[in-house]
Amino acid sequence: MNHCKYLEETGKIRKSAATAVIWLFLLFWALIVLFPFYWMILTSVKSYGAYNSEYIPQFFTLSPTLQNFSDAFTAVPLGKYLINTFFFTLATTGIMLAAIVPAAFAFARLDFKGKNLVFLVFLSMMMIPNELVIITNFVTVTNLDLRNSFPGLILPSVMSVFYLYLLKENFEQIPDSLYYAAKVDGTSDLKYLIKVLIPLSKPTLVTIVILKVIECWNSYVWPRLITDQQRYYLVSNGIQEIRENGFGRENIPAMMAAVTVISLPLILLFLLFHKQIMEGVSRGGIKG
Amino acid sequence: MKPTFSHLKSWLYLLPAVLFLGAFMVYPLIDVIIYSFEEGYNSASQTYFGIGFYNYSYVLHDPYFLQAVKNTFILVVITVPLSTVIALLISAGLNSIQPLHEIFQVIYFLPYVTNTLAVGLVFMILFKKTPYSEGLINLIIRWFGGKTVDFMDGPYWAKMFVLCFYTVWSVMPFKILILTSALASVNPDYYSAARVDGTSKLRTFMRITLPLISPMIFYLIITGFIGAFKAYSDVVALFGTDLNAAGMNTIVGYVYDMLYGDSGGYPSYAAAAAMILFAIVLTVTCINLLISSRKFAVKN
Repeated sequence: MNHCKYLEETGKIRKSAATAVIWLFLLFWALIVLFPFYWMILTSVKSYGAYNSEYIPQFFTLSPTLQNFSDAFTAVPLGKYLINTFFFTLATTGIMLAAIVPAAFAFARLDFKGKNLVFLVFLSMMMIPNELVIITNFVTVTNLDLRNSFPGLILPSVMSVFYLYLLKENFEQIPDSLYYAAKVDGTSDLKYLIKVLIPLSKPTLVTIVILKVIECWNSYVWPRLITDQQRYYLVSNGIQEIRENGFGRENIPAMMAAVTVISLPLILLFLLFHKQIMEGVSRGGIKG
Repeated sequence: MKPTFSHLKSWLYLLPAVLFLGAFMVYPLIDVIIYSFEEGYNSASQTYFGIGFYNYSYVLHDPYFLQAVKNTFILVVITVPLSTVIALLISAGLNSIQPLHEIFQVIYFLPYVTNTLAVGLVFMILFKKTPYSEGLINLIIRWFGGKTVDFMDGPYWAKMFVLCFYTVWSVMPFKILILTSALASVNPDYYSAARVDGTSKLRTFMRITLPLISPMIFYLIITGFIGAFKAYSDVVALFGTDLNAAGMNTIVGYVYDMLYGDSGGYPSYAAAAAMILFAIVLTVTCINLLISSRKFAVKN
């Protein structure tokens, strides 16, 4: 009996030791994930003088200042970058929806010759690496004289075959009977799409919109190729510009203030919609 | 309603998507292949001398390209296995605890939504050594009695370390998310059966859990390879736009340098380099698929 109890006790100890190790490990990784954000915010509220006199970096500050944030908006056109990015994101996402919603409807609900073949061609587009097509797009947009313009920025960024695919799958799950009932009532296809399908697919649409917004907000490569005037910079290019020419090279607190301002909208969006975002990404999103 | 009319209407619904795809994906894809074979293409006059493999040969003999290929392969070989293993450990740990499970998940996912360029700048500052300050990471190295290193402008391995670290940090959210849901979907009956048999936790994990989630692990390895081969933004975030000077260019970086910027204006070379990249990615993906299908065939 005693022996059994001893075994049980050691088993318990071993189990709680294992749990402790797991907790430490999880906390350690959480620290690695969060620390850069902490450092970013901390540095952004340190004053320029205080930061530069720290040979040994300090882990907290007792005299936080918002001076860096006003510098970030006055010394470089950060506000302009934000407005540009906001407009770019809005327009790109809006045009994408206008293109993929009817297409998804056609694939999911309508019958026409060659439907499966066309859908297969669409799907195969997902495998084409962006790096390949961006070269010709760059030449095309340059030849059309659309460099440093919003159409040049927006139009090649619009299409996402993956979201079209997600939406089509969702539309297909809505029972056929609803469609036939609407047909009997004499509802047109377009009206059925707007009045029935779209409201019923709202969760998927929200997911798609959020994922596209994240993609647009963070896009860097295409805007970098297509804009070289600050008036058209998006935030990512703005950051690169600030890093290379803004503030004078050593004003790191102001840089961090700009980085904080740029990161904040998406972090807020994530905290509000983390369920939808994580669900959408786990259904096949890949960081692009 | 006549069938022809309804066909026409269907195509009308598809029209915007078809136009966008045609103009910005199908046409460019065909065109880039043509570009890569046009020798001596001049973008101002839109003329070229002939058709052949000169662009490929030029790119393959360019020391900058070879450096970029070397950097990219090192990055891939280090970060893909490392991030997959760490993500597996974290996911397994995460699934074994009950309290704070969701908070941890949200925290771990945070890097996914952040701007690569912005956070890269923070990483640069953490690692950078300047005359005024040695930086935070060097401070920590000192605590442990190590010698400080100039991570951003110093030796090659130090720069590669920072790049790998940042890459792992930023690919982790996707992997953890996929693996936690894969682990959570394993039928608990298997675990009960293993417990009845007195199988140890480790053995259960290696013999039951891993084989059951191995399709997802393969999926992550394949997407991980593809993503790492295309590394670019995070490298720019850390080392600036002049990657050749830093000796840290990647294949994608080489493509864009050829296209645009101080060394740009050569879409043919860019096209050839992009085609080589595509060939590498395709080969690696096919090898991966082959291995995974063979493995599953044996198991089943």
